[in-house]
Amino acid sequence: MHPLLTPDVEKRLLLLGNEAIVRGALEAGVGFATCYPGTPSSEIGDNFFHIAAESDLYFEYSTNEKVALETAAGAAVSGVRCMCSMKHVGLNVAADPLMTLAYVGVRGGMVVVTADDPSMFSSQNEQDNRIYAKLSGLPLLEPTSAQEAKDMTKAAFEISETLELPVLFRTTTRLSHYRGLVVTGPLVPPRAKGVFERDSARFVTVPANARLRHRVLLEQGEKAREMACKAPFNTITGEGKWGIATSGMAYSYVVDALRDLQMEEKVKVLKLGFSYPFPDDLAEGFIRAVDKVLVVEELEPVLEESLKVTAQTRGLNTPIVGKGPGLFSRLYELTPGIVREVLARYFGIDYSPLRPVDVKEDPQDIQLPMRPPNLCAGCPHRNSYYIIKTVLKDLNVEAIFPTDIGCYTLGLLPPLEMADFLICMGSSVSSAAGIARATDKKIIAYIGDSTFFHSGITGLINAVHNGHEFVLVILDNGTTAMTGHQPHPGIDLAPPDWDKPTVDIEAVVLACGVEQVVTIDPRQLAGSKDKVREVLQSDGLSVIVSKAPCPLYDARITGRKKEMSFRVGFKCEACKHCIENFGCPALCLNDDYTKRANMVIRDDLCIGCGTCNQFCDAISPKKTKIEKSN
Amino acid sequence: MDSYRIFLTGVGGQGTLLATTVLAEAAILAGHNVLSSEVHGMAQRGGVVESAVMIGEIMSPIISDGEADLLLGFEPIETYRAMRKCSANSVVISNSVPVTPHTVSIGKSTYPKVENLFSFIAGQVKQLITLDAQALAREAGSVLSANVVMLGAVASSGAIPVPREAFEETIRTKTKAKFVEANLRAFGLGFGAP
Repeated sequence: MHPLLTPDVEKRLLLLGNEAIVRGALEAGVGFATCYPGTPSSEIGDNFFHIAAESDLYFEYSTNEKVALETAAGAAVSGVRCMCSMKHVGLNVAADPLMTLAYVGVRGGMVVVTADDPSMFSSQNEQDNRIYAKLSGLPLLEPTSAQEAKDMTKAAFEISETLELPVLFRTTTRLSHYRGLVVTGPLVPPRAKGVFERDSARFVTVPANARLRHRVLLEQGEKAREMACKAPFNTITGEGKWGIATSGMAYSYVVDALRDLQMEEKVKVLKLGFSYPFPDDLAEGFIRAVDKVLVVEELEPVLEESLKVTAQTRGLNTPIVGKGPGLFSRLYELTPGIVREVLARYFGIDYSPLRPVDVKEDPQDIQLPMRPPNLCAGCPHRNSYYIIKTVLKDLNVEAIFPTDIGCYTLGLLPPLEMADFLICMGSSVSSAAGIARATDKKIIAYIGDSTFFHSGITGLINAVHNGHEFVLVILDNGTTAMTGHQPHPGIDLAPPDWDKPTVDIEAVVLACGVEQVVTIDPRQLAGSKDKVREVLQSDGLSVIVSKAPCPLYDARITGRKKEMSFRVGFKCEACKHCIENFGCPALCLNDDYTKRANMVIRDDLCIGCGTCNQFCDAISPKKTKIEKSN
Repeated sequence: MDSYRIFLTGVGGQGTLLATTVLAEAAILAGHNVLSSEVHGMAQRGGVVESAVMIGEIMSPIISDGEADLLLGFEPIETYRAMRKCSANSVVISNSVPVTPHTVSIGKSTYPKVENLFSFIAGQVKQLITLDAQALAREAGSVLSANVVMLGAVASSGAIPVPREAFEETIRTKTKAKFVEANLRAFGLGFGAP
């Protein structure tokens, strides 16, 4: 049984924030869940994926966040409780349906999880998605702990159904990816089926209806504001004339800092878990009770500005500060240390923190080697880059490389260095068109298979229709590798018990109207180079589908073991072609100079893909122990 | 009750996340309030893997600079790189076996002498304990148990209030059945090592 399906009540589980959200949804009887994976939200969908196999819950990995939100919305207007999860930038993709779903509302509770990534551990920006609550007019919940994430998720479904509005649920990387103790409550069996009752005046947003629905949204927003003022997740605690207002993970840092600074008796803390619509009556009472307010929040001054507006409209001139010089930055995530330092400075508390060890004081002046992330040994993406790089060199052609989001973005790093432009999912295709038009250069764009389905197809149709000329390389490794090997519409290798139809990428490309479509197996260098050369020598729009499975995923699904080992023989003259052009982590300089070969293959890293022996005569297969024992 | 912050650092593939889970669950078994945190996603592709475990009445799941009571380093240069998390009050337990970074393997940088790394660390913190976790893991029957060897050293250091029995019980219930025996031997060797 999946651990989150335990029927035990009052059981203490050490759960990831994301797991706590799933448990909360299960305790609310969620019947329908959708997502597009993205760090730090992915474990929500991955847990639902496994739970759906053991229960009546319906779950799908949708092709993108807009699709995931619309699919969930369809279930929600049919009276089914549903959850839709995504990373923060995913909500940009889903923003179009979100803004108008807010007008028509839902019947079954709907919770939209947005997992923000302050400090950009695994993202291209650190936008603050709390602002989407204001933009859409939807209620926003922000948990401060794993336990609260579970409790608040459960409450979010009730709030959603009371207001007949979807509810935004915002986490951050730290909340999603920390583990805390969570006490379980009773499970409610999932209800995945509902009834769609027609109400076209509500659900069909022609302008006449939309005008009426916007009014309804504002009315519901006022009800939501009253609920927020009384919500158990919004609290004022502590005594004293100093005020701190906070939300999310920053609350934890505040609690720890107040204890460290021994100022718990001097401060009132306003903690907002139901933070939009802004609970202005509650906030007014808080502001009136203190002499000054420090706002502790990550990224944008959302609470700070709301507090200032409340103070101004209620005629209060209490100082309220948060972001600014000497205070908090709008950049990056907060830490307990930063929060403590700013609290001590602002409230004038004497405090000397523990002095961190500083390796710059080491008189030995040790230079530490870096460990940049790298494509795995045997990764077919490296082969694709190598093939194209080699052919471009042969043809003496320089190219510009728009790229996209996935493991293959690591093609940015040396020695491949084949990434020139990246802004968001799917941008490789359309930006290639723009760069090609504007420069008349050779443009070779890279996109992964899952990203192609996510948002590459419309750009490709545009390129056909508008006559753009570039080469699109679809790096098809048969899975959504970066976020944890989730399936997508084009997969060949299915997870166990998978019975869904697949969509062939090459057929899609042809149907879009691309005339030159070539499929290569990048594990076969010579044949692939010939095909690629032909494509790169022609003009117009072409697509190369470079198809080979992610070896990690392949090994996990098929149980395939390493079949071949390779060694570097005496012919090696240390030309370093392999290091300077290919860059497989298993290919290393030999530091044992008693041996004659100058390169070695690290057997513990090599997966036996047999690429390097195709470009180097000095590398040859050796029999593996497995073969010897047979 | 006192509280403890433990910072763990290593390289992808060394089992630091499993060690984090075992440490956290053992602390729960010992009756403590526990938090842990880890970083997922792009950070894991062949790079450094950092995690943290908090024991006691702490709410923040991350450790600020200077605040680790215990630093558990699975690889010498990663131990050194994480020294900013330590102060003069910290205990450091480090594996002494390098995992060669790719930048070193291809001659773009050099791996510093491990004894030089450790000599600096020893002068900066309350206590430095080093051990050859790979050799002990091999002796235990599986080189993959090096992470559990490190936990043995944690238990015997007395740096955190989690008894040997709580670790052993967690190893029995939370690690894969076919590795339990090797893991328990590895834990015992790590316990006796320092």
